[in-house]
Amino acid sequence: MATSTWTGDAAESPAPAAPRHAATVRVTHWITTLCFLALLVTGIEILISHPRFYWGETGNVTMKPLFSFPIPSSRSTVPTGYKYVLPDQNGWSRYLHFEAAWIAVLTGLVYAIFGVFTGHWRRNLLPAGAEWTWASLWDRKSTDAYNPLQRVSYVLVIFGLFPLMIWTGLAMSPGFVAAFPIAVTSLGGQQSARTIHFFATVALTAFLLVHVVMVCVTGFKTRMRAMITGGRG
Amino acid sequence: MDERISRHVSRRNLIAKSLAAVAGVSGLAASGKIAEKFGLAPPDHGVLYGLGETLTYASHRLLGSGALAREFSRSEISKTPFANETSPPSEDFKRLQAAGFSDWKLEIDGLVSNRAALSLSDVKILPRRSQITQVACEEGWSYIAEWIGTPLSEVLRAAGIKSNARYVVYRSMDREWWDSVDMADALHPQTLVTYAMNDGDLPVGFGGPLRLRVPRQLGYKSVKYITHLTVTDDLKRFGKGLGSAAPEGGYAWYAGI
Repeated sequence: MATSTWTGDAAESPAPAAPRHAATVRVTHWITTLCFLALLVTGIEILISHPRFYWGETGNVTMKPLFSFPIPSSRSTVPTGYKYVLPDQNGWSRYLHFEAAWIAVLTGLVYAIFGVFTGHWRRNLLPAGAEWTWASLWDRKSTDAYNPLQRVSYVLVIFGLFPLMIWTGLAMSPGFVAAFPIAVTSLGGQQSARTIHFFATVALTAFLLVHVVMVCVTGFKTRMRAMITGGRG
Repeated sequence: MDERISRHVSRRNLIAKSLAAVAGVSGLAASGKIAEKFGLAPPDHGVLYGLGETLTYASHRLLGSGALAREFSRSEISKTPFANETSPPSEDFKRLQAAGFSDWKLEIDGLVSNRAALSLSDVKILPRRSQITQVACEEGWSYIAEWIGTPLSEVLRAAGIKSNARYVVYRSMDREWWDSVDMADALHPQTLVTYAMNDGDLPVGFGGPLRLRVPRQLGYKSVKYITHLTVTDDLKRFGKGLGSAAPEGGYAWYAGI
């Protein structure tokens, strides 16, 4: 593990040759951040037009939901118990949702190629067996290497939740599943895909919150500088 | 290496990468232009956030425009389909309904050899097809039903479409709700001029007496109460030129997502 430079004492530590995060990681990180926020906001807008979830192939207001949210809806056809209907924001939300999804997927593709061919994934993300010690889980000092808990979180997000989001999203597309029906049949139906898409959103949002808290706890300025300029100061 | 030089190099590196990112985004924008040139751009590709829709439409058409929507077994038909709300029927509609829709006409014009105005019984003489497909609303709900009618391609064949046809515009008794599909969807075997559903006539709530079913796209493309088909090579002449009422109300023309 590299020596710690987290104190930022430039006079004592020699100038590092490589940036803390490679430029590709930094640029793709922030594009993904913007896309995620756009997807989250527009996703919530779309959810408000039908805040009910089902399991299986079909679901509508005449059927019993798996669960529903006690919130007002942007459609008068949804029984919510509220006497008012929220304004419809689905038009631009849907356009932007799919545009952000495309940019996120293309960005992810650039990142994946980088991750494979530069050894970034093997070196920085995949946990090495020797690092599995209890002490290492709580190692907050090192800015250079992720501890195993961080590695596992990032691996779950990058190789688990992101692909699951894309898959469940495509499984709701009538055009896509016409060409690739297995994308939805393997999930047990279109409404199941929608429900899993929702839970994956919850998991990603939880990750985002913990991620931001950890950045604040371990030194907001240092971490932000590392992800923006790559600097280690 | 001197720290200042190191920072300088790192900054130059960052600028280079940023330029590459800008080039990437411009490349995306250029792909919109290219898509337009090869007929892979939807008519509303120029709206704000139209890029995502363009990429979806182009990739679906390149993936294979002949793919069939999923069909289901009879046991999977929803026991409680949901009609959704529609505009209150006009006086004209009520009058036609009172006469059992015997005077309902489906007009066909534009780039066809024989303009026609078909009655419901004329439509029912054409080859009959049925399909058990899902209606998925953009809001998130869905149901499965059996739809019975004649393929739009049969209606178009009877009218004799010209070789420069690119889109079919369909209009409804509901003046606010009109739409269009490209020839890939218009000639697709599952695009059905529907007059019956499950075990009976198509109920008014579900679009009776005539609804155009486009099962590879979201529910709003399946316009209810259709009265008029126009074959065209240019959508600019219809409405605001965006291809359908949907983009005029903020929704995407292509709903195959």
